Amino acid sequence: MDAIDRRLVRALQAGLPLEPQPYSAVGESLGISAGDVMVRLEAMLERGAIRRIGAVPNHYALGYRANGMTVWDVDDARIDALGRSVGGLDFVSHCYRRPRRPPLWPYNLFAMVHGRSRAEVEEMAGRIAALLGSAVRGGDVLYSTRILKKTGLRLMD
Amino acid sequence: MDQLDRRIVNALQGGFPIAERPYAVAAERLGIGETELIDRLGRLLAEGTLSRFGPMFDAERMGGAFCLCAMRVPADRFEEVADAVNAMPEVAHNYARAHALNMWFVLATERPEQVAAAIAAIERTTGLAVLAMPKEAEYCIGLRLAA
Repeated sequence: MDAIDRRLVRALQAGLPLEPQPYSAVGESLGISAGDVMVRLEAMLERGAIRRIGAVPNHYALGYRANGMTVWDVDDARIDALGRSVGGLDFVSHCYRRPRRPPLWPYNLFAMVHGRSRAEVEEMAGRIAALLGSAVRGGDVLYSTRILKKTGLRLMD
Repeated sequence: MDQLDRRIVNALQGGFPIAERPYAVAAERLGIGETELIDRLGRLLAEGTLSRFGPMFDAERMGGAFCLCAMRVPADRFEEVADAVNAMPEVAHNYARAHALNMWFVLATERPEQVAAAIAAIERTTGLAVLAMPKEAEYCIGLRLAA
C-alpha cells in the first residue's frame, strides 16, 4: 500500500459516492484519474485488502433479530478439525478459534449464526453441539440485544 | 422494503463492478435504471436497512489487526461506557449481548501494536477490564444474508 492507496482507502471508508461515476468522483477528490482509482481497487481486491465491494445489510433491519454468537469449550487436540466442520455449516457465517479467558470465559470456539427467531438459532446451536459430540465440554449462545456501533475500518492520519 | 429493494440487497452484497458507470452496470443486471438504483441505495442507507455501501477493507491484509474484546459493564454505567468505547475510532463495531460479559466490540487498527494501545486507553477511560480475544484460527468467513 503506497501513500495514494492509503488516501484512497480513507476516501472510501465512509462508502462509495452515490453518483453515476463514483470512481471518477473519488479520483477527482484525490487528484488522480478514474482509471487509476479502478486499477488500484482491482489490485486491492486481487490481494485481499478489499474483501468485497457492495452492500452491508443491517441484520436487524432484514429481520435477523436473533443474532446468536454460539461459543464452545472444545478439546484443544480436536478443535482444528472440528472447527473446519462447524465453519462448513451453511448457517455459520464466521467461525474462529480464540483464547479462553478463565474464570469468566471458558470457551475457545466461536461460531456466529443468524436467525429470524431464537428458536431458529437454538436449533442451529443444537446441530453444532451434535457435530462437536464428545469433544465439547460446555457451550452457550450469546444474543446481541443492540448494535451500539457499526462502521467499516477507519484509517487514521 | 419492497420486492425490488430485496432483490437489490440480495444481488449487491458483493461483486459490485469496478467500471466507469458501475451503478449503470449493476442496474442493467437487475433490469432497472441507473438513477433508480442510486436512489434506492440512498434510501436503504438512510433508513438503516444497509449500514454501508462500498468496499469492505480487510485490516489484516493492509498490515493491520482485528481483535474481539469483551467487557463486563455494570448496568448503571452501560450507556456512559458505550459512549466512551464508541468514541474510539479503532472500534469498528460494538454489540450489547445478554451475558455477564455484556459488551462485545471489535478493534480494527492499521498496525498490530495499536490494538494494545486502544485496549489500554479504554481501560484507563472506563476503569473497567477489557478481555482481549484475538482470533487464533479462522475456519470460515462469508456472510450473505437473504433479504
